Amino acid sequence: MDMMKKVPVREQEPAVRAKNFEEVCLGYDAGEAMEEASRCLNCKNAKCIQGCPVSIDIPGFIQQVKEGKFAEAAAVIGKSSALPAVCGRVCPQESQCEGKCVRGIKGEPVSIGKLERFVADWSRENGIEPEKAKETNGKKVAVIGSGPAGLTCAGDLAKLGYEVTIFEALHEPGGVLTYGIPEFRLPKLGVVRPEIENVKKLGVTIETDVVIGKSVTIDELMDEEGYQAVFIGSGAGLPKFMGIPGENANGVFSANEYLTRSNLMKAFREDYDTPIFRGKKVAVVGGGNVAMDAARTALRLGAEVHIVYRRSEAELPARVEEVHHAKEEGVVFDLLRNPVEILTDENDWVTGMVIRKMELGEPDASGRRRPVEVPGSDYTIDVDTVIMSLGTSPNPLISSTTKGLETNRWKCIIADEADGKTTKEGVYAGGDAVTGAATVILAMGAGKAAAKGIDEYLQKRK
Amino acid sequence: MYKIVKAECLADKIYLMDVEAPRVAKACQPGEFVIVKMDETGERIPLTICDYDREKGLVTIVFQVVGASTLRMASLQEGDAFQDFVGPLGQPSEFVKEDIEAVKGRRYLFVAGGVGSAPVYPQVKWMREHGIDVDVIEGAKTKSLLILEEELRAVAGNLYVTTDDGSYCRKGMVTEVIRDLVENQGKKYDVCVAIGPMIMMKFVCKLTKELGIPTIVSLNPIMVDGTGMCGACRVTVGGEVKFACVDGPEFDGHQVDFDQAMKRQQMYKTEEGRAYLREQEKESHHGGCGMCGGEA
Repeated sequence: MDMMKKVPVREQEPAVRAKNFEEVCLGYDAGEAMEEASRCLNCKNAKCIQGCPVSIDIPGFIQQVKEGKFAEAAAVIGKSSALPAVCGRVCPQESQCEGKCVRGIKGEPVSIGKLERFVADWSRENGIEPEKAKETNGKKVAVIGSGPAGLTCAGDLAKLGYEVTIFEALHEPGGVLTYGIPEFRLPKLGVVRPEIENVKKLGVTIETDVVIGKSVTIDELMDEEGYQAVFIGSGAGLPKFMGIPGENANGVFSANEYLTRSNLMKAFREDYDTPIFRGKKVAVVGGGNVAMDAARTALRLGAEVHIVYRRSEAELPARVEEVHHAKEEGVVFDLLRNPVEILTDENDWVTGMVIRKMELGEPDASGRRRPVEVPGSDYTIDVDTVIMSLGTSPNPLISSTTKGLETNRWKCIIADEADGKTTKEGVYAGGDAVTGAATVILAMGAGKAAAKGIDEYLQKRK
Repeated sequence: MYKIVKAECLADKIYLMDVEAPRVAKACQPGEFVIVKMDETGERIPLTICDYDREKGLVTIVFQVVGASTLRMASLQEGDAFQDFVGPLGQPSEFVKEDIEAVKGRRYLFVAGGVGSAPVYPQVKWMREHGIDVDVIEGAKTKSLLILEEELRAVAGNLYVTTDDGSYCRKGMVTEVIRDLVENQGKKYDVCVAIGPMIMMKFVCKLTKELGIPTIVSLNPIMVDGTGMCGACRVTVGGEVKFACVDGPEFDGHQVDFDQAMKRQQMYKTEEGRAYLREQEKESHHGGCGMCGGEA
């Protein structure tokens, strides 16, 4: 084998997978995983650990994989992460653990994400279960939201003996893992549900269909229902629109709506009641992971799909692997392009989109080069569907109904990065609700930090 | 699961159910709505709250069969359960949040069209509970489609019933009754609350604008989550984009772009129509209806 290169991972053929919702990446088998693990140099001062937001002992678990001790490897990961089967699949490893791997200096980094995924999948298939706390301490903690931040925080607190209840607004737990990330990247029945079941096996209760701020408020949970601390992991689920003419036309969707219909409501399946609009030619506006997910979903529903993004390929915020997969499947990238108007027929259905060319100017505050309009460059494309994937912001429902909980001007909850403490006593927060839309693993890191913060707070309080 | 303790057919294709949902019953206010999902494969369907019993933990919903999902829902019986029942959602009616003396100082007219009588009922009941007598106009296509008449009569100051075909009480549209009350009977109103089909609300607003009566409507656009995360329910009010599920569902009717809202409601019409026909006629349907795309 070539030690400079990753052991390749098996995938569905692009032409086949572009027509189904099955998982694209098939993962390593035991032999492949052990071979890949042997590429790890087991560094003393392992840089990869610093690149992981929850500081998994990466060389530690990889050495176990190398020797074929998969259960032991799972135990090492389990100390730091509650959702390894998810993170191994959806983390942007190129900018985290694998981005720091010394093997990556001269060749390809160790495939840490795929190894983590292998260990998690192996554990599930072999019935390895997480260990429950021996006894509870009788203290109740409420967790708002069952996405990655909430699940991690709840899992950690349950391991410490707290009685934890998660309140979820939708009918299925998982947050973005359930409604946002599609089946072909993250299987729901095979991966997401079992990981959530593992959190329940730690003793966590999940109450769905509860909209905090409407069904019950945080103040009521604390004053009337006996919760001594609360963690808010409600995410950033409010979609942004551009404000251009024609945006309310029929055939224009937020990526959130489109993906929720497909992923949560299973609109792509004939045996489910929720409809989805199957356009022939779809434009997805945006360049993040959500844009890639929406584009590849539309493709699987039978459309010709264009990604319309205002910067160039180098600035695409999506995971490199997803951009690569999207291209292989036939998604067309219209880069340095920005829509200025959506055209409609007399019944208000989308017929086309006016697009303006862009070029890159000076770097902006985020360090990315700012797109600048090219005057007189407008042209029209024919599309019947437009999916807006411009990012999301936190829903103000919780902050506006909780006394003493302060937010900043982006409606993000103000919380201490180290322990998740908010401006209200006993209330902690983390994940996208605090940072605005970010990644699954950062949300998990915040959930972990807050669980530690809550434990310290309740220990002191007695 | 949310148990159905009462299931009743109020009129042709219109059903009432009392559902056990203690958290919703405890927190809900007039003007708010719930989202129900009957089983694993079901859709999430928004329904306004018709009544509630906080002590028994019950919430009353009323719905009309308009597509395959509501047709399936209509088959649920007492003792069955909804898999999901979420709420309350949306903003309560403005008067719930206002100073009660200010509310008492106003003359209200409520206009209910068709199944719109269901969301109007808790508002009128709230008024009665606070000692305020209001005028209510109730309209239906025909006598057999009139619902909650007795319930409304019990809580309204005056109830004026009208049917489009004259099969019961007055003959004509609700707008004709409004004009009659204001122009012939010397009634004066400070606020009109109109809830019913989008087309009815549009015409009521056209008239009340002419008559100078500020009017509130409750919109019923397509919804998915009902918590503000998708924007399926977006409507234009006063030139601004609003999400009906979190900013509404009640809005200043004189500011609503009804034409756009009605066109957006049609978005899945063919799909719903197809699914409905598939469900209703099963194997016996062989196309030719112009709706289902089947072979003639």
